[in-house]
Amino acid sequence: MAVSKKAATKSTPSATNGSNGSRQLLGLTVDPQEIKQKALMDLKAIKQPTKTEVYKSIFRVKHDQTARSRTLGVLSNVFLHLHPARVNRDAVRFSFTWGMGGISFYLFWVLTWTGVLLMFYYHPTKVQAFRDILYLEHDVPFGKLLRNMHRWAAHAMVLTVQLHMFRVFLTGSYKKPRQFNWSVGVILLVLTLLLSFTGYLLPDDQLGFWAVTVGTNMARATPMLGHEGPFGPQFGMTPFNDVRFALLGGSIVDANALLRAYIWHCIAIPGFAATFMIVHFWRVRKDGGISGPNRIMLESEIKPLRR
Amino acid sequence: MDWHQLWTIISLPDNIPIVGMLFIIPFFTWFGLRQAFANDRLLAKLEADPKLARTHHRKTQPFQKGWARELPVWPYLMRMEFLAVVIVTFILMVWSITLDAPLEEPANPSLTMNPSKAPWYFLGLQEMLVYFDPWIAGVVMPTLIIIGLIVIPYIDENPLGNGYYTYKQRKFAIWTFISGFIILWCSMIVIGTLIRGPGWMWFWPGMTWDHNRLIFEINRDLHEIIGITSQPWIGIFGGLVVGGFVTAAGYGCHRLIIATEFTRKILGRMSLLQYAILQVLLIIMLALPVKILARLLFRIKYVWVTPWFNV
Ligand code: HEM
Repeated sequence: MAVSKKAATKSTPSATNGSNGSRQLLGLTVDPQEIKQKALMDLKAIKQPTKTEVYKSIFRVKHDQTARSRTLGVLSNVFLHLHPARVNRDAVRFSFTWGMGGISFYLFWVLTWTGVLLMFYYHPTKVQAFRDILYLEHDVPFGKLLRNMHRWAAHAMVLTVQLHMFRVFLTGSYKKPRQFNWSVGVILLVLTLLLSFTGYLLPDDQLGFWAVTVGTNMARATPMLGHEGPFGPQFGMTPFNDVRFALLGGSIVDANALLRAYIWHCIAIPGFAATFMIVHFWRVRKDGGISGPNRIMLESEIKPLRR
Repeated sequence: MDWHQLWTIISLPDNIPIVGMLFIIPFFTWFGLRQAFANDRLLAKLEADPKLARTHHRKTQPFQKGWARELPVWPYLMRMEFLAVVIVTFILMVWSITLDAPLEEPANPSLTMNPSKAPWYFLGLQEMLVYFDPWIAGVVMPTLIIIGLIVIPYIDENPLGNGYYTYKQRKFAIWTFISGFIILWCSMIVIGTLIRGPGWMWFWPGMTWDHNRLIFEINRDLHEIIGITSQPWIGIFGGLVVGGFVTAAGYGCHRLIIATEFTRKILGRMSLLQYAILQVLLIIMLALPVKILARLLFRIKYVWVTPWFNV
């Protein structure tokens, strides 16, 4: 809008016509003074973008320093509304949460983005998989950095999730009313490990192949469901119909296993993990925000249990 | 002392998280317990002085006069989150530029890797394969770990220590978790990564990984040591041994659960079901170090041999 008006102002001198300042332009009466005013107004708007209609239409709240609009700014934003508007002053401190939940989430986000980029180059087939990794390492611009980041972020996430669990335990944050959220967290921990494990096979190199072979060989020994497990043979299990076969899509780690690992790794498990994370964050909010640092309670203050 | 071997193991890019863990886990244990002890000192003070307790703010880092109790998330929490993101991104960038993700030869089923190791976070379970059959180490244990973790909030009936660090009020819970997480889980990972070499043999840090090393150790089943040779008796004997262990461990755990007046009070709040689940989990957890020691000290392979499964 602003641009087209400025262009109009510039073109006026070449098409002069008429009296008392107004000119005829393509059959329109144009007042240069008025146009200048409008141009100045637009310039002012550019200097203060937060006052424009465009800004307001996106953020829905006025941008000023009042507590009210800061609160609304958080509450009326999809990405920020996971947060409460205000938090306990102490809960912001690093020493209480160690920031590990948030860091795990950020790492998950990094993994999603680097993972999507890797998917552009990777084919889950026996012929191509290993070559794709070589291609990523040697030819794709920043391909090596991309692969390294995905790998190390995965390792880091496994570590930060465990540390998060450790802190939640030490602060007793799983106690009432947060029992269920702890259980959701345990599922997230398992999903994180599974994500990492399924990704291990994808480069189709010796490291992944043997790690997955060792890992899935244990599935052979599942009681009742594996052909080498207790009571497995009695249940009619053979290498060709037990759980290991279901996991690998075959009796050895081969093309089908690669495809299955790929689908679990890129679609199914991230989907589950994202879903449980939504529940997890929702419950953190619903359970009254972060648990503390709470006022310490004395033994003499324990209330009798009501069942 | 083979420094080169030590360096090869430690500097393996995939082992970096474990080397990091050697520092990070003790650091955070210290960091958490330090705050716990600070709170415990405050608790002791308040318990000694009930009058003070009535008016006290009950925090080690109390509000100052004129401070708002609550802060707007924007900008106070957002800026912490932003800072965390910047720092993590920086670390990740440096890590990814300096160290390359490993890539071995293409997968080859006819060329076995020795040692062939699971990813580091499963090495605790792989280490357990030394002491237990795969159906226990690879299937039953992971399942029980998951179930055990999930039920923690539902069997811990101690209402104290909700939302603040404390050691004194939760000694039993904290010792149980630390034994499980740090002693059993983390240290087994460290052993699996840094100590276990070719053939999954034990190599002290600095020992050369000798691929031709052979260890002649004869592991025997418990019934062989006792001298029982024919089947129904072997099974019955093993069952009795395991039953004896369960009874003894259950009794020991019960003694711990009723050790102090406070723990008895918590026990009084638990239902029978909660108590039973707690006992089962504790006994099984205790079985791990017992079996490990039985193997390492007495070279015992199985204690219970039956036609269907061995423990
Ligand atoms: C992918 C994994 C996970 C993510 C992204 C995640 C994220 C978070 C975040 C952002 C918070 C807010 C407080 C904080 O940062 O500490 C939180 C709180 C919490 N998390 Fe997790 N978490 C994960 C796994 C777990 C696990 C493994 C557990 C426990 C077994 C767990 C249990 C909890 C509980 C009980 C709270 C409430 C803590 C409180 O109120 O102080 N979470 N989580």
